Amino acid sequence: MGSRASSLLRDEELEEIKKETGFSHSQITRLYSRFTSLDKGENGTLSREDFQRIPELAINPLGDRIINAFFSEGEDQVNFRGFMRTLAHFRPIEDNEKSKDVNGPEPLNSRSNKLHFAFRLYDLDKDDKISRDELLQVLRMMVGVNISDEQLGSIADRTIQEADQDGDSAISFTEFVKVLEKVDVEQKMSIRFLH
Amino acid sequence: MPSRLFFDNLGAILTYAVVGTLWNAFTTGVALWGLQQAGLVAPRVQAGLLDFLLFGSLISAVDPVAVLAVFEEVHVNETLFIIVFGESLLNDAVTVVLYKVCNSFVEMGSANVQATDYLKGIASLFVVSLGGAAVGLVFAFLLALTTRFTKRVRIIEPLLVFLLAYAAYLTAEMASLSAILAVTMCGLGCKKYVEANISHKSRTAVKYTMKTLASCAETVIFMLLGISAVDSSKWAWDSGLVLGTLFFILFFRALGVVLQTWVLNQFRLVPLDKIDQVVMSYGGLRGAVAFALVILLDRTKVPAKDYFVATTIVVVFFTVIVQGLTIKPLVKWLKVKRSEHHKPTLNQELHEHTFDHILAAVEDVVGHHGYHYWRDRWEQFDKKYLSQLLMRRSAYRIRDQIWDVYYRLNIRDAISFVDQGGHILSSAGLTLPSMPSRNSVAETSVTNLLRESGSGACLDLQVIDTVRSGRDREDAAMHHLLCGGLYKPRRRYKASCGRHFISEDAQERQDKEVFQQNMKRRLESFKSTKHNICFTKSKPRLRKAGHKKKDGVANAEATNGKPPRDLGFQDTAAVILTVESEEEESDSSETEKEDDEGIIFVARATSEVLQEGKVSGSLEVCPSPRIIPPSPTCAEKELPWKSGQGDLAVYVSSETTKIVPVDMQTGWNQSISSLESLASPPCTQAPTLTRLPPHPLGIEEPQVPPDLSSDPRSSFAFPPSLAKAGRSRSESSADIPQQQELQPLMGHKDHTHLSPGTANSHWCIQFNRGSRL
Repeated sequence: MGSRASSLLRDEELEEIKKETGFSHSQITRLYSRFTSLDKGENGTLSREDFQRIPELAINPLGDRIINAFFSEGEDQVNFRGFMRTLAHFRPIEDNEKSKDVNGPEPLNSRSNKLHFAFRLYDLDKDDKISRDELLQVLRMMVGVNISDEQLGSIADRTIQEADQDGDSAISFTEFVKVLEKVDVEQKMSIRFLH
Repeated sequence: MPSRLFFDNLGAILTYAVVGTLWNAFTTGVALWGLQQAGLVAPRVQAGLLDFLLFGSLISAVDPVAVLAVFEEVHVNETLFIIVFGESLLNDAVTVVLYKVCNSFVEMGSANVQATDYLKGIASLFVVSLGGAAVGLVFAFLLALTTRFTKRVRIIEPLLVFLLAYAAYLTAEMASLSAILAVTMCGLGCKKYVEANISHKSRTAVKYTMKTLASCAETVIFMLLGISAVDSSKWAWDSGLVLGTLFFILFFRALGVVLQTWVLNQFRLVPLDKIDQVVMSYGGLRGAVAFALVILLDRTKVPAKDYFVATTIVVVFFTVIVQGLTIKPLVKWLKVKRSEHHKPTLNQELHEHTFDHILAAVEDVVGHHGYHYWRDRWEQFDKKYLSQLLMRRSAYRIRDQIWDVYYRLNIRDAISFVDQGGHILSSAGLTLPSMPSRNSVAETSVTNLLRESGSGACLDLQVIDTVRSGRDREDAAMHHLLCGGLYKPRRRYKASCGRHFISEDAQERQDKEVFQQNMKRRLESFKSTKHNICFTKSKPRLRKAGHKKKDGVANAEATNGKPPRDLGFQDTAAVILTVESEEEESDSSETEKEDDEGIIFVARATSEVLQEGKVSGSLEVCPSPRIIPPSPTCAEKELPWKSGQGDLAVYVSSETTKIVPVDMQTGWNQSISSLESLASPPCTQAPTLTRLPPHPLGIEEPQVPPDLSSDPRSSFAFPPSLAKAGRSRSESSADIPQQQELQPLMGHKDHTHLSPGTANSHWCIQFNRGSRL
């Protein structure tokens, strides 16, 4: 990758990204220009500060967590591949993909992977369970200030109780999936990437 | 109508509504004209191209009434439903405009139509639709604003809703704008705020009245249709026209849907598949709007009116009857994705919120101002300005979707719980979040209650009165009171050994008080033997409840927690009735729990019954103890706490000491021994047993607890000590274990009647003190 903002993506890389994420050429190029525009340091990677510079993310309750989701474990910089990989989760599921590759790796934007992304947002300590505390944290962020902590606790308890099947007072990924089986995740976790 | 879905699919809906209707109108009109040119339509039908276009415009509109009526039966998935229904709503504007334009063209005569007229026609389309929507929004705003202030005049809320919505309709009609759009936007716009502002009852009233009115209106319209069909002076038949129309509307609708869907799918996240398209085209039912419009045609200007009328009637009948009837089997045959009626879960609500936030954030990252970005912006604007303006203060404060779902789920649980016979207030350990809800109902997580209490305490499912909870719940303050004043079941506290060394604390005070009350009550119950009043009702139930627990003491303790919750002084009558109904049930002599339960629960009832026996009893709040058959003295009748502390107790105790029968003492002995065999915490057992015997009479000092360590065989000093202890809120430590142990003893008696006695008075004292807090 070049260091100039206007440098182009090399074709091989484009191909790889395309294969991995399923985006089209034009989408990748577009996203690349967005990537470089965010990259103020011009070193080909994004840091957390770059993301935080986006104004709307500051008022998003889950903004910080989503920023974290872009960075892999312990890293502070994300390159374009990583950027695309995370964004690929939000690609809409297309019909023709459903019948593709049964043996290949699951596409990044499959229902399961989408749900996994959301699950990882809740589960901060990465123990594959959403505990009551983690749920409380998320609730606290998403619910207005007029709801007291007690009430939040009740909500959290009830949420866990609804989902919990093995009785461990935490929501595992399978329980999470089960609870959302009626929800149209394909639509609710996809955004339109303009061509 | 689900507004979120509506706006999510707005693009598709608008496309179908506007483009689809235009397409249908033109193609049908032109095709019919072509048919006439081809000679298949009899020449007596004098209609030119414009006439056919006019006819096409009125026949092409999908009718919301018919669609709603049919799709409600069929239960297709929500996206499909909202698209078809939304289309039928929004195409009204297009229909109205087209109809008016064509009508005026026809009146002007085709020769006079100029280019500017076409342009004017197109412009009027925008004016009509946007104007209608604007009118609707204005009235929505007005409605939301006025409902904000109707707190004291709840009764006019439904009226307001109807009137303002209808006013929106009339205003739009007056200005020749699209009235249906006006009413739709009025509803969509004000829904959120009005729902928050008006009371539950008003909401229910509005909902059901609307449904009723809608039903009536539909029925009337289709009746009119039917009657007109029979009246042959109104129409004239032409087979070519009729059959042609039928064929064309079906064909062109299907074609239009396919084309538009193909275009839309390029932009949609979730494409509409073939089966959806089939349902959409088949579900395009025509209805009363077409009929009304055709009747309105001016026969002088449109000579073919009668033929048009006949055609319209046939078309409407066909679509509604044939298509309407067959759509359900079709849907089943095609295996359309049906809407799954599932209960809303908190999880779904929560996670959907999360998804929304995630998507908005990702859109921000991508830099793309997409749908979610604008939706997010709108929600923030709404939260900051609109909601503050339009929603009642109290509603605004507690407004939160996640909380709403939780609240509703709780209410649902509570209702189903009570339906099964549970008594909400009887569950021990009421933990109430202290937020006053809109209806000042104290919130509680019933599921939590159920879970906590499921393991043991007093979930007495056949408790006598379950209805009372409604009134109680309306007083949030009272709940706080109860929280503070209620006896907690002992189970909540760790059964710790050596409690007699524990320093004074609430637990001990509570235990002591309760114990003393029980002792008193048991004492008084002896007197009742003479009156032969036997309260055995609660027994079988209690037996069941009791048997659940190993620790009888805990149960007793737990059940003691109940009576103070009995707020309904006036409900003793109800209690009595149910109590008496069970008088026939067999008495079980054993479980103390039952007795305790019986004692506690029907204590008041007993007093009433006794009173009725002697005095033509008025339901006194706390009838004084009746010790001897002769009618109670005034002193006795007086409410104990009013008469001052101590007098009555002494009085009572002196009486009771005389009447302690031997069998009670033996009963107690038995109880003690049986207690030893019970699987109760040993540490509490051992020390207590030695201190069980009651103290001799006359000990009035506040140091009651030591008094209690007297021999049960001796005469009872309980009343005074109990009285004292009951009155004094601050006690010194120590005798909780024994008090607890003593309670089960009572159970071993054979007789279980209660006399209200001082026990009652103490209960009342306890209670009264609570209420004074």
